[in-house]
Amino acid sequence: MTYPTEPLAGPAAPAFARFRGIALNRRLAAPLLLGLYLAFQMLPIYWLMRMSLMTPGDIMASAEFLPTAPSLGNYRTLFTDPAWYMTYLNSLSYVILNMAITLSVALPAAYAFSRYRFLGDKHVFFWLFTNRMAPPAVFLLPFFQLYSAVGLFDTPLAVALAHCLFNVPLAVWILEGFMSGVPREIDETAYVDGYSFPRFFLTVFLPLIRAGIGVTAFFCFMFSWVELLLARTLTSVEAKPIVVAMTRTVSASGLDWGLMAAAGVVTILPGACVIWFVRNYIAKGFALGRV
Amino acid sequence: MALVAFSAVIPLMTVVNYSVQDIFGPGQRYFIGVDWFREALRDPEVHGAFLRQLAFSGIVLAIEIPLGVAVALLLPKAGWKSSLAIVILALPLLIPFNVVGTIWQVYARPEIGFLGRVLNDIGIDFNYTGDAVSAWATIVLMDVWHWTPLVALLAFAGLRSIPDAYYQAARIDGAGRLAVFRFIELPKMKSVLTIAVLLRFMDSFMIYTEPFVVTGGGPGSATTFLSIRLVNMAVGQFDLGPAAAFSLMYFLVILLISYVFYTILQRASAS
Repeated sequence: MTYPTEPLAGPAAPAFARFRGIALNRRLAAPLLLGLYLAFQMLPIYWLMRMSLMTPGDIMASAEFLPTAPSLGNYRTLFTDPAWYMTYLNSLSYVILNMAITLSVALPAAYAFSRYRFLGDKHVFFWLFTNRMAPPAVFLLPFFQLYSAVGLFDTPLAVALAHCLFNVPLAVWILEGFMSGVPREIDETAYVDGYSFPRFFLTVFLPLIRAGIGVTAFFCFMFSWVELLLARTLTSVEAKPIVVAMTRTVSASGLDWGLMAAAGVVTILPGACVIWFVRNYIAKGFALGRV
Repeated sequence: MALVAFSAVIPLMTVVNYSVQDIFGPGQRYFIGVDWFREALRDPEVHGAFLRQLAFSGIVLAIEIPLGVAVALLLPKAGWKSSLAIVILALPLLIPFNVVGTIWQVYARPEIGFLGRVLNDIGIDFNYTGDAVSAWATIVLMDVWHWTPLVALLAFAGLRSIPDAYYQAARIDGAGRLAVFRFIELPKMKSVLTIAVLLRFMDSFMIYTEPFVVTGGGPGSATTFLSIRLVNMAVGQFDLGPAAAFSLMYFLVILLISYVFYTILQRASAS
């Protein structure tokens, strides 16, 4: 093969697609295929948005691509009925609580795993990870009994604690990767300069891994926000999250699909905002975590 | 440690407790050893659910991993197009599980959903509430839609960590696209793909909410996976003992298979 048209040391960024012969094909085919795939990704979400603009009667009547008689009535119900928007706030409160608890536990733990070798550290690391593998269904009943016994049942704190089951291992895992990327010399230099450990940790170390903290918070948010089984079992009235409220939209006239779809769209929004903020770090988060 | 105890150790020990006792009411507990384990192991429903679960995990892994890698290869490297594509890709990951179920429940309906209507229009008899094959196709497609982005993002992260010098060297050597993929990109993606396979296996093996919302385990028990069976047992019939025994074995199976995966993939990336 020869490359008469391109200098060898040319700009390397799109080097991927620069192989002769398929270069032209790829230039057209790649965006096309990707576009098709993204369309496949967006269609179900579009369908949800379409339903959210319609009345239940219209939804059951047709499968036209565009919404018939679109209106914002469903959203109006969501934001004026306290039974709905309180559940939304409940969801947000346990997700944020969970993020706070997870980070405050996982940061020191991850630091220990990345900086010290101690007896059985590998085993503890793997054991932590097994918690991520446990099906929530396994822990359902014990959680229910435990939290009922200590009076946490039906509070956001109960759900936040229960979600630590799978978020803490993941957080330790991701943070450990980021922390191991920080050279140990930085710790040593700080001690030589007379920093105490807490001061070093808070003012020097944490800023260095803030991308990692952002990514971890994103994953905690994601897994806590989307979980239903534990959230449903551990709450009844006071702390009912929105995902649970959605499963109970059955009224006298049957299932209100329009309202349900609107609630669904509303649950996607915070996620979309969070993604937008961390879009450049999402990929990194896992790449740096050790296996 | 108190937190770990609260959210992991105590619940797990409670399960162990249940699994070896016969509980008639408060204060009336009898130690019965391994009877519940025996009962759960003999339950034909559990056997069916286990086989279905294995088949399901196998199918989704076989589709999602190659598809995710392909999507990652297609993604633009940088710029606003890349950001936009990543955001669209990541969207399904942040939709609550039961909303995913709800979306697909409607989306795949022949009379009111886009997918169901299109499939029926082109002459495929598709009705997931009555036909087991359609139900399976719906759930597999839903899982592919939901989780392929995770694999794609991971693979993309792996691809981005490859220094450009590698590509330049390959170009000088006259390597074709396939050779670049086989000898540069694939080996470099191994560690992230290990994570992808592990996460996807664990999560697909534990899948509960989505099939529960879409098909409720039906038609018949065609899509009753292990979690659904377990929750039916524990909450529906309130058979705490067998359910706890079942949970423990379920957990052990996941642990075992994950460990095997982990070891195999570690070996593969070491050699």
